[in-house]
Formats: sequence, C-alpha cells, structure tokens
Amino acid sequence: MDLNALGACLTTSACVVTQTTSGLIVGMLLFLVAAGVTLIFGVLKIVNFAHGTFYMLGGYVAYTALGLTDSYALAVLSGTLAMALFGVLFERALISRVYGSNVLMQLLVCYAVVLIFDDVVKIVWGPEFHAMGMPAAFQVPPLFIAGGVVPPFYAVLIGIAAMIAIVLGLGLSMTRLGKTVRAAAYNPQMVSALGVNTTALFAIVFAVGGGLAGLAGALAAPVRSLSPGMGFSILIESFIVTVIGGMGSIVGALVAALVIGMVRGFGTIGFPQFTDGLIYIVMIIILLLRPQGLFGRRA
Amino acid sequence: MKGHSALRDALFAAIALIVVLAIPLVHRSPAFEDFIIRLSAMALFATSLNLLVGNTGMVSFGHGMFYGFGAYAFGLTMQLTTLPLPVAAILAVLATTLAAFCVGAICVRLSTDYFAFITLAFQMLLFSIILSWQSLTGGDQGLRGGIQRREIFGFELASQLHLYQFCAVVAVLGLLALHHITTSPFGQTLRMIRDNENRASFLGIVLWRARLWAFTIAGGFAGLGGVLAALFVSGAYPELADWPNSGQAIFAVMLGGINSFLGPVLGAAILLALNDVVTRFTEYHGLVLGLVILAAALGLRRGVLDFLRLALPGRAK
Repeated sequence: MDLNALGACLTTSACVVTQTTSGLIVGMLLFLVAAGVTLIFGVLKIVNFAHGTFYMLGGYVAYTALGLTDSYALAVLSGTLAMALFGVLFERALISRVYGSNVLMQLLVCYAVVLIFDDVVKIVWGPEFHAMGMPAAFQVPPLFIAGGVVPPFYAVLIGIAAMIAIVLGLGLSMTRLGKTVRAAAYNPQMVSALGVNTTALFAIVFAVGGGLAGLAGALAAPVRSLSPGMGFSILIESFIVTVIGGMGSIVGALVAALVIGMVRGFGTIGFPQFTDGLIYIVMIIILLLRPQGLFGRRA
Repeated sequence: MKGHSALRDALFAAIALIVVLAIPLVHRSPAFEDFIIRLSAMALFATSLNLLVGNTGMVSFGHGMFYGFGAYAFGLTMQLTTLPLPVAAILAVLATTLAAFCVGAICVRLSTDYFAFITLAFQMLLFSIILSWQSLTGGDQGLRGGIQRREIFGFELASQLHLYQFCAVVAVLGLLALHHITTSPFGQTLRMIRDNENRASFLGIVLWRARLWAFTIAGGFAGLGGVLAALFVSGAYPELADWPNSGQAIFAVMLGGINSFLGPVLGAAILLALNDVVTRFTEYHGLVLGLVILAAALGLRRGVLDFLRLALPGRAK
C-alpha cells in the first residue's frame, strides 16, 4: 500500500491525466465486452461464459486481417463482423439447445467452447504471444494534455467506444428493433405472440453481443498482446461490471466499467500489489448495499 | 428403515474401502495410486459442492476458495507450529468451516445469480490476498519448504502407499458423513428449499439459516479436500484457490450428475482420467476435453449417473 504516492499523483495534473486515460482505456474496452454480456443476459437470461472467447478471436482475426490488407480499419471491421457471425453460429448451433435448462448446463456448454477455441487458437496462431504493434497511422507524437501524455490511438479508442455506447443506448431506446429487443427482455412469449420472429431476434442479439466483443478485441490488439486464454481475465472483469451495473442494464455496464477502469488506473499507484483485490472489495460492497446492482431492477 | 439404510451405506462404504486398500497388495502401480490420491481430494471437493448445487439449489462459483483455504490453513499450521499432523488437519478444517460461516453469513440472502457472482468475488478476493500477502503465503510461488513431520499414528505419509491409504480412508469417511447429512432430515429440508422455497418458508423453516448451515458444512468438507490436496503436493499453491479450480468442481458435479450422491465422485474421476489420458497423447487436451463435455452436455443433457438412472428404470434410486 502506498497512499503517499496516490496522494502525490492526485495533486499533479500530469499524473491525473495519464492515469485517467489508462483507466478510460481499460473501462471502455471492458464496457464493449460487458455490454454484450449484459445485453444477452437481459434478453435471453443466458450468462454467456464464452464471451471472452469472442474477444480473443476478434483480436486474432484482426491481427491476421491486418497482415493481409495492411489496413487497421479493415482489420477492426473484419474482427467485428467475423465475431458477429460467430455469435449467430454459436447461438444457433449450441446455445439454442440449452435455453431454459439449468444455468450450470449453459455454463458447461460455454466452458467447452472456451476450452475448444483456446486450443484452436494455439493450433492456428501458435501458443506464443503475438504483438500487433501500433498501426502506422497512429505512429505519431503523443498529445500533451495538462502535462499528461496521451497517445493519439488512446484518444481514438476512447472516442470509438464512447460512440458505440451512444449508438447502442439510442438504438435500444429509439429504434423499432431496439424497442422490440427491450420488449423481448421483458416478456418474450408476448413478443412472440405478437408476431415477432423471436428466433431471429435472439440470433441478432448474439450477433450484436459477439460483434461488440470482437470489436473490443480488435481495438485492444495494438495496446495489449494476443495470447490463447486472453479472454479469461476480461471475461471475469466483464462479469464484475455486469453484476455491479445490474444485469441487463447497458447504462449500468457503462458506469460500472468506468468505475472499474478508474479503480485500475489509480489503484496501480496506491495499491500496486492489491489492485485486483480492490476491485473485488468494491464489488462485494456494492452487492451488499444494492443486491440488484447499481442500475438493476429488483426481480 | 432409517437405521437400516445407514447401516447399508456404512457396509457399502466399508466394502469400497477394502477394495481400494486391497488393490496395492495385489498390484503396485504408482500412476494408479497417484490418481486415487488426487481423486480423494477432488471427490470430497466436488461432493461438498453438490450439497449446495444439487441438494439446496445454491449455485456457488466460488467453492474453490474453501479448497484453497483448507490447503493453506493446513500447510501454514504445519510449517509455523509443531502441532502433530492430525491436530493441524482438524484445525485447518475448523478454520475453513469458520471462514465458510463468515462468507456465507454475508452471501446466502442474495438471489441465485447474484449469489453465484458474490461467491466468485470472495474467491477472487482470497486469491488476490494469497498473491499479495507474500510474507505469509509466499505469493505466486506458493508455500515453499514442503510439509515436514508427515507421520500419523505410526504411518509415514511421505511414502506413497501410506498416503494412498490415508487419503482413501479420509475420503470414504468424509463421503459417508456427507451422505449421512444428505439423507438426514436436514438434508431433506435442503431439498424442499430447492424444490419450493415458499412452501418451506410457510412450514416455518428459516431459509437463510438452513442455507447458511449448508454453505458452512459444504465449506468445511471442501477444506478437508484441500488438506488432502496440500498433503499430495506437499505445500499449497495459489492455483488451488483460483477460479478454474471452482470450475473443475462444477464440471465434475455436472458431468457426474447433480441428482445422484456419487455423481460428483464419478464426474471427478472422469475429469481426472480424461486429463491424464489425453495429455499423454496430445498437447491440445482442452480441445478434446471441450468436445467431450459438449457431447455429454448436449447428448445426455444431464450427468452420466443421472442419465444411467433414467436409462435403466427399475434399478435402485
């Protein structure tokens, strides 16, 4: 524990800017993954334990696409679309068979997928770590904001994630599809009885969730290394975010992801050994005070 | 009737124990003995989890914390004090039971999904404490120096055969105790809570109290499994308290069958055996294990033992 360092950091603007940026990066990537988890849970009541695999595969697909096309934009796009497609296949082929069964049976199916694709990645891309490297367009001098160093890629990444958050929020509340999704979350039988094709709707929800995770993986690839099993730690954190925010709430996921990001950003200064522990303590306290999460509805 | 079935269970356990103990007299196989030692720890761990999952309907994602806690409590007591092994083991189990009581007191009132995640959070909290409290636990290196003074009633547990016998006896006694709890009126109360908590509540059962007892007992037995695991590896490692370990127990329970008492034991045996066999042939054992789990989950749609009981009607329940 190093509270002096934390105090010193909080009083210098450079340190505050740097840590806030790194916290925002963590938070925004986490939001993209957790938004899918919470969306899928909200509509389908399925806890998707394979979501980290989507994130991992998105990163690897983008890595390969960058090598083929030499365009980071295309790489991100292909990672996103590939995972949207993968989400649909995953839902149709496996998850649709365990709707309504025990949560542990769903966990079993998802975990099998995690095990299989961790090894598929090892076979296709090898067990070693891969570094995508910063795309050429972003190899420019960093921005200086109030004395803090902010690489331009970070700013773009945060911007994209924030835009997604807005599009997702507006899409769910304004568009016809978004309203149907919210209605299905509330009462799927009634929505089905009103003539909506809920089978397609569920597949779309998985496509959106998978696509968001793939996008997060592709966006994270330049700043984090790629390795088989990389999906696991983000999976656990996105669960924490989902639970803290309230399962099924997109706004909750955003707020909780930013809270976790900030705890990570500043926790590394104050409690370098115990940042993870800090996050679990935050989660336990929030769950005890508000068992349904910050923005969750009481069941 | 009750006394009769308890006697029958004890007889069954005694026969199983005699068979297991007789095997090394006929044929010594280090790999098999190794397997049984690991299985005894895993079987206690998985069966104790099933007291929560199958009997009470409480899905805990963090049961591994008590497995790890038991291992560390035992290893630390052996290293830091001069207490004899049985006393240290009993103290470790008691400490784990107390820890389970404290964690349970906080968790058991939450609804299903949130209960699962808060137990996971507690486990990860314990895991990060183990990693960061290096002066006590050795951090990510685990407890080094091994567990010395490994004798109990004249048995020298440093020998594999004696450790095998000790683990088999402890595991069978532990499973017998768990089975007794499952079939007792308390166990039936837990199943009533699982099936219809409102009715149980109307009949005057205090739900949280019954759940807390179940959680505490399950934690204690998981701690006993942890003690055996610590004896096997002669120390304690953070992995014992990590999330994948809870996952293993959940898969053992699901693979074997949540509605059969011996289901988790069978599941643990299948998982361990798969692991041992597959790693011998390919480095991609996750791929094979995943495909097997997928086939079992989507093909049988329930645990192996539950499936067999349904497929062979007319057999004993």
